[in-house]
Amino acid sequence: MSPAVIIFIVLALVAVACAVAMLVSKNAVYSALFLVLNFATIGVIYLMLGAPFIAVAQITVYAGAIMVLFLFVIMLLGGENLRLGEPLRGQRLIGLIFGAVLLAEIVLLLIFRSGMDQMVGTLTIDTSPAALGLEMFNKYSLPFEVTSLVLLVAVIGAVILTRVDPIRRPGKPDQDRKDQSGRQA
Amino acid sequence: MLVEWIIKSVVIVLFMTAGFAYVTLYERRLLARMQTRIGPNRAGPFGLLQPVADGIKLIFKEELVPHNADKLIFTLAPVITVIPALIITAVIPWGDTLTIGGTKITLYLTDVNIGILYLMAVTSISVYGITLAGWSSNNKYALLGGLRATAQMISYELALGLSFVGPILIAGSMSLLDIVKAQSSIPFILLQPAGFIIFFLASLAEVNRAPFDMPEAEQELTAGYHVEYSGMKFALFFMAEYIKLIAVAMIGSTLFLGGYQGPFVDQFPILGPVYLFAKVIIWLGVFIWLRATLPRIRYDRLMAFGWKIMFPIALLNVLVTAVVLVLVGG
Repeated sequence: MSPAVIIFIVLALVAVACAVAMLVSKNAVYSALFLVLNFATIGVIYLMLGAPFIAVAQITVYAGAIMVLFLFVIMLLGGENLRLGEPLRGQRLIGLIFGAVLLAEIVLLLIFRSGMDQMVGTLTIDTSPAALGLEMFNKYSLPFEVTSLVLLVAVIGAVILTRVDPIRRPGKPDQDRKDQSGRQA
Repeated sequence: MLVEWIIKSVVIVLFMTAGFAYVTLYERRLLARMQTRIGPNRAGPFGLLQPVADGIKLIFKEELVPHNADKLIFTLAPVITVIPALIITAVIPWGDTLTIGGTKITLYLTDVNIGILYLMAVTSISVYGITLAGWSSNNKYALLGGLRATAQMISYELALGLSFVGPILIAGSMSLLDIVKAQSSIPFILLQPAGFIIFFLASLAEVNRAPFDMPEAEQELTAGYHVEYSGMKFALFFMAEYIKLIAVAMIGSTLFLGGYQGPFVDQFPILGPVYLFAKVIIWLGVFIWLRATLPRIRYDRLMAFGWKIMFPIALLNVLVTAVVLVLVGG
């Protein structure tokens, strides 16, 4: 076994262990932190594959931005130790079955399609940011634009959902004014 | 090659830690002068041994862990805060190639083509330590401080990231060495004045410095996220804060002030680190000056300023820079 394979196995074990720990951890903050560790490990695996841009993007976007917001919300709402119920009955069983099927599929693919060495090999294509940008804006410009539109819609939706000022209907005076008029009378 | 990397890494880490010690002294002395005081001048000549005395004092302080704190995260949080601060300057070039006795030594640890993205990744990670410190202390002031810090850092990270785009576009590269080399004739502060101001303000907020030091507001939060920390754990937070200050000054100098560039640096590459050092000193001086001058701004104003003023201006700056570059053909 080459050193690269050994490092890959160690990283993969860490990533899987973090994922499992995230699922079984009772405290939501710990779950979030295990997920961060998982994302960071995957970032290192990308780095090993010779794709530094993807690796850094993975860490910035997932570990750095999304998980910080998750953690922020958990802390702000005090949801660290919520009792976990099962909102949909049989959800866990179905999830377990689908998970097993997915795992079996991945293992089968690994066995039939490629060897271990291919997983830890380096990419032969150019992975510099310039090359990636050119690819993205030429070959994949349509998916890119569609994604950006979806994100824009999501942003607008978030802004509308978090609006605090109540929508005033014509004809009905709002609560504050009624209180004031009552006091005057 | 490996030995060279190890030596350079050790030099960077030692420089940052020693720099931390002396930036505290620099700040205390300069701040004292601005407030017509003298500042610490008892320990050693000009008070130069003051950081050592402070360090020894902190080592002998009792370390308290609150009874209901989450002990593991409470202990880990200072470490998580320090590490990003120590590694962020790994991609900053201190100079060009130096020749000593026939062997060529590059005055930078590594020149990666994603240098700026590395900076952003490390910046985004550095929020965790503060957030976790605030949460694990099981103290409402600490939690409020931690939440404020998180919200502030996430908000200003956007403007900070967008202010990086100007230099990237002009230099046509994300490698910091290329960006410095592109500034050999004219520093980017003259080509990107708006970008520079956005970077400056956003970086102030990112390192929680006055006037954006809401997370540590002593009067209302009793120092915020690190209120429960004592001894060396507190010292680690303090250290991370000042190392981040140096790192921000180094990044800003590299992106906008020409980094190690200066007169005669082509003939004598050894001048490179000297110029970078001088720029960092001036930058830190301005930070301290601002702390002595400006009052803290209110929290809602801070968030409104970040989202409603800084962010649109930063976006506009990116747009204008891109359009002008296309028109000029740069």
